[in-house]
Amino acid sequence: MRILSLAIIFLMLSKTFVTSEQIVLGLSQDEVAITANFDGSQILLFGAIQRDAPEPDGKMGVIITIAGPSKPIAVRKKEKRFGIWVNNQTVEVDAAPSFYAVATNAPFSEILLDVEDLRNKISIERAIRSVGAPMHIEDSQSFTEAVIRIRKDQKLYQLLESKILVDRNTLFRTAIDMPANLTEGDYFTQIFLTRDGKIVSQFDTTIDVKKVGLERFLFNLSRQNPLIYGLMSLAIAIFAGWVASSFFRYIRHT
Amino acid sequence: MPSLDLAVVAIDLCVFIKLSETMQIYLPIAEVSVNAFLLLGLGGFVGVLSGMFGVGGGFLMTPLLFFIGIPPAVAVATEANQIVASSFSGALAHLRRKTVDLRMGTVLLSGGLIGAVLGLYVFNYLKALGQVDLLVKLCYVVFLGIIGSLMFVESLNAIRRSRSETNVINRTNRHKGLVHTLPLKMRFKTSGLYISVVPPLAVGILVGILSAIMGVGGGFIMVPAMIYILGMPTKVVVGTSLFQIIFVTGFTTLLHATTNYTVDIALAVLLLIGGVIGAQIGTQIGAKMQAEQLRILLSLVVILVCLKLAMDLLIEPAELFSLGKLGT
Repeated sequence: MRILSLAIIFLMLSKTFVTSEQIVLGLSQDEVAITANFDGSQILLFGAIQRDAPEPDGKMGVIITIAGPSKPIAVRKKEKRFGIWVNNQTVEVDAAPSFYAVATNAPFSEILLDVEDLRNKISIERAIRSVGAPMHIEDSQSFTEAVIRIRKDQKLYQLLESKILVDRNTLFRTAIDMPANLTEGDYFTQIFLTRDGKIVSQFDTTIDVKKVGLERFLFNLSRQNPLIYGLMSLAIAIFAGWVASSFFRYIRHT
Repeated sequence: MPSLDLAVVAIDLCVFIKLSETMQIYLPIAEVSVNAFLLLGLGGFVGVLSGMFGVGGGFLMTPLLFFIGIPPAVAVATEANQIVASSFSGALAHLRRKTVDLRMGTVLLSGGLIGAVLGLYVFNYLKALGQVDLLVKLCYVVFLGIIGSLMFVESLNAIRRSRSETNVINRTNRHKGLVHTLPLKMRFKTSGLYISVVPPLAVGILVGILSAIMGVGGGFIMVPAMIYILGMPTKVVVGTSLFQIIFVTGFTTLLHATTNYTVDIALAVLLLIGGVIGAQIGTQIGAKMQAEQLRILLSLVVILVCLKLAMDLLIEPAELFSLGKLGT
C-alpha cells in the first residue's frame, strides 16, 4: 500500500515536473514533395520551450530526431570466390529507418543518459534493430554497423551534434538536410527536452514525404498496372524515337 | 575574329555548366537523382558510336549506366526499352527498302521470345539470391572481352592486309554442313536459302537470353551468326536482325516491367533523345573515316569498358557490404 501511494506521488510529481517545461514547435514545411527536379530538401525546425515556472536547474538539452519509414533490408557481404568478389553472406536487418537524423544542441552524451537512450531508442545505433541473424554468421554485429556506415555515407543517417541553436534557453532552431534518394512515407519527428540527461518533455509530429505530379503517376502506375506501364513505356519510346529520327530526316532533306 | 568566337564559346560553356549544375532530374523508378545533361551526354556519346559503326550500342550503354550509379536491374530493363525505340526507325527504313527476310525474322523471333523468358527466369532467380549484379557484370566482362579482342585482331589483320596489297578474300567455304543436315527444313525466299529451322531458332534463343540478362539487342551476336552460320546474304542481315530486335527487346521490356518494376521511362527518354542526336553526328563522322580505323577505335572502347568492369570484380571493394531490399 505504501509502495503504491509512493508510486502515485512519484507519478504526480513527475507529471507536474513534465508540465513545468513544454515544447512548442514550428516546422518550415510538414510536407516534402519529390518532383522531377528534386535534389534533396532542407527542413527548418524551430520552436520554443514554454514554462509556467522559473527555469529549473540542470543542464538543458534539446534533441530532434527525424525517422523515415522502417523497412527490413538485406545486408550482403562480399567475399572472394574463384578470384572475384561476390556476395556471400546475407543478414536481414528487421527494422532500419530509411532515413534517420539526430540533431542536438550539445555533445550527445552530455545531454542524454544512456538509460534514456536505451528506452527511447534515440541514437542511430539504437534506432536500428536486428534480431534473428542466422546462427552460422559469427559477427552479425558487423552487418548492422555496415548499414549505419553505408547510410551515413549517403547522408541518409546523420548525427548533427551541437547543430541546434538555443536562444536564451527558450528558443531553438535547426536545419536538417535531406538527400535526394528519399523513401516515400511518413517521417516521424520527435523533439526531446532533457535536464541533466533525463527526458522531461517530448513532442511528436510527422513530416509527409511523397512523390508528386508526374513522378508519382509514373511510380504508381509501374507498381499497380505494370503491364499498362510497360506498354506505355514502349509506345512513348517508339514515338520519341520516330519523331526524333523523322525530324532529322526532314532537316537533312531541306 | 577567332578570339571573339572563342570567347563566345567559353561563355556558352559557362552558361551550360551553370545550367547543368541545376538540372538534376529525379528518376521515378531508379529512385536516384541524376544530372539530366549527363544522361543526354551519355545517350549522345553512345549514339555517336552507334552512328559511326552501325551498332545498336546497348552493350556499351548498359555498363556506362552502371558506372554512373543506376542500379544494374534498372539499367538492363530500361536499356531494353530504349533499344526498341532506336531500332524502330531503322527497321522501318529496311522494310521500305524490302531488305527484311520476314520469314527468317519470324523464326529468329520465336527463338528470341523463348530465350527472353528463359533469361528472365535466370535473372529473377539470381535476383532473389542477391547475385544478379554479379551475373550481369560477368556476362558483360565475358562478352565485351571476347567481342572487343576479336574485333581488334580482325581489324588489325585487315589493315595489315590492305597495306600488303594482296587482298585475298577467302570466303569460299562457309561451314554449311550442319545447317544442311538438320531436319525441319524451310524455304526462305528473300534470303534464297533452304535450310533447317533449328540453327536460326537456336541463334534466336541465345539472343533472347542475352537480351533479358544484359539489356542488349544482340545484333553483335546475331549479325555474324546470320552471315557465317546461316549463310544469309549481307543485304538482308541488318534489316532482319533489327526486325527481330524490336520484338524481342519489346517483349523483354514488358517482362521486366511486370515482374521487377525496373523500367524507368524518364531515363529511357533522356537516353533516347541524346542517342538520336548522337547517331546523326556519328553517321557524318563515320562517312569520312576508314572502316578499319573505325573498327579498331570501337574495339578499344569495348575493351576499355570490359577492363573497367573486370577491375570492379577483381579488386577488393572498399565497402564489402551492400544493402538490398528483401524479397525482391
